[in-house]
Amino acid sequence: MLKAFYYLLLRDMRLALRSRHELANPLIFFVLVVTLFPLAVMPTPERLQEMAPGVIWVAALLSVLLSLDRLFKQDYEDGSLDQLMLSPNPLVVLVLAKVGAHWLLTGLPLVIIAPLLGVFMQLSSESLSVLIWSLLLGTPVLSLIGAIGVSLTVAVNRGGVLLSLIVLPLYIPVLIFGANAIDVANDGMSVRGQLYFLGAVLALALSLAPLATAVALRITASR
Amino acid sequence: MPDPTPSLLTTDKLECTRDDRLLFSELSFQLNAGEVLQIEGPNGSGKTSLLRILSGLRRADSGSVKWQHKDILHARDDYYANMVYIGHLPCIKNDLTTLENIRVLLDTRSQAVAADQVELALSRVGLAGFEDVTGKALSSGQRRRVLLAFLLLADALLWILDEPLTALDVKGVDLMESMILEHRDNGGSVIFTTHHGMRLPCEMKTVDLSRC
Repeated sequence: MLKAFYYLLLRDMRLALRSRHELANPLIFFVLVVTLFPLAVMPTPERLQEMAPGVIWVAALLSVLLSLDRLFKQDYEDGSLDQLMLSPNPLVVLVLAKVGAHWLLTGLPLVIIAPLLGVFMQLSSESLSVLIWSLLLGTPVLSLIGAIGVSLTVAVNRGGVLLSLIVLPLYIPVLIFGANAIDVANDGMSVRGQLYFLGAVLALALSLAPLATAVALRITASR
Repeated sequence: MPDPTPSLLTTDKLECTRDDRLLFSELSFQLNAGEVLQIEGPNGSGKTSLLRILSGLRRADSGSVKWQHKDILHARDDYYANMVYIGHLPCIKNDLTTLENIRVLLDTRSQAVAADQVELALSRVGLAGFEDVTGKALSSGQRRRVLLAFLLLADALLWILDEPLTALDVKGVDLMESMILEHRDNGGSVIFTTHHGMRLPCEMKTVDLSRC
């Protein structure tokens, strides 16, 4: 079972690394949005610092949202998804492997590049570390919740709008607490509450989202 | 626990509707080890839907499918360890090589197969020398042949094949026929649909969906 998890993770990583442009798209989007923002407003250091949490988090959220399609679309179109569902291994484990690969390929690069953008936005070093922590806890939740939405909409032609409608309301708490953590850090207060909340949401998503995704995939396949 | 009868797969009063149209109902049959079953019927009669129900991908509107007397929806791991389903879609990744594609399919079934066996299967399906060719460079017939190699390597009792002759040339059809015969002689069972004539010199059960 662990092997099946590992092999599927490896397969998805390998596939993504062979079509690098797709891999780079969400990251480029993220960087572009965050760097364009200061050009559109009066970029005084105070104002940038004030806007940074919201801008970075919204950009990260949208960038994950744009990359969600990749999670199951190809497997659905070429029939691999059927084979995954016909595996003797629990579908939940396979879903977790796919979501894990998705996070490593989209979420993690965002976490790594974010501090650089934080410096652009005049964040202090304490705020930068909070930024990293909030993204580290928050982006896996985005992938996990996104997987539920994608598995429901993968069979729908042009299901992008539907996907956003399903997924965005569930993203809101992560967005609020993620951005708020950095906000609070900017003001020099303790951010434990926000980070604990993100951690709790991550634990919840990690334990429930793969189950929901597996069920949703079975529903999708049965049509 | 030894099985009292060699029955592998039994269906009980299956019914399937699609967009409010009844495809079939009261469909009951039994498949024993070593039997070959052909599903017949015109286009749109529900052959693919039936095969997807038999594989557990789709749910029947009523009725049940049992694998060795257990409902397949409750004994997925046991059933799927013993069954291979190959549908219309190629299941081949464009960016992976033939060898990687086969490995991926086998890994999904948690099957470790020695490299020389993979080589052997590939040469049997006529893909020797194509090990390192990526999926996008293969023709549709060659993609089907990759699946045939997977079928040879997958250690499964039951094969469920949806139009297995699609895109295969004359030699490919012969190969498929000989593979089915061989599988049957080894005690395995096959359920398939086809619109191309499959000449199998063995006893065959048929289920005609136009009469269900």
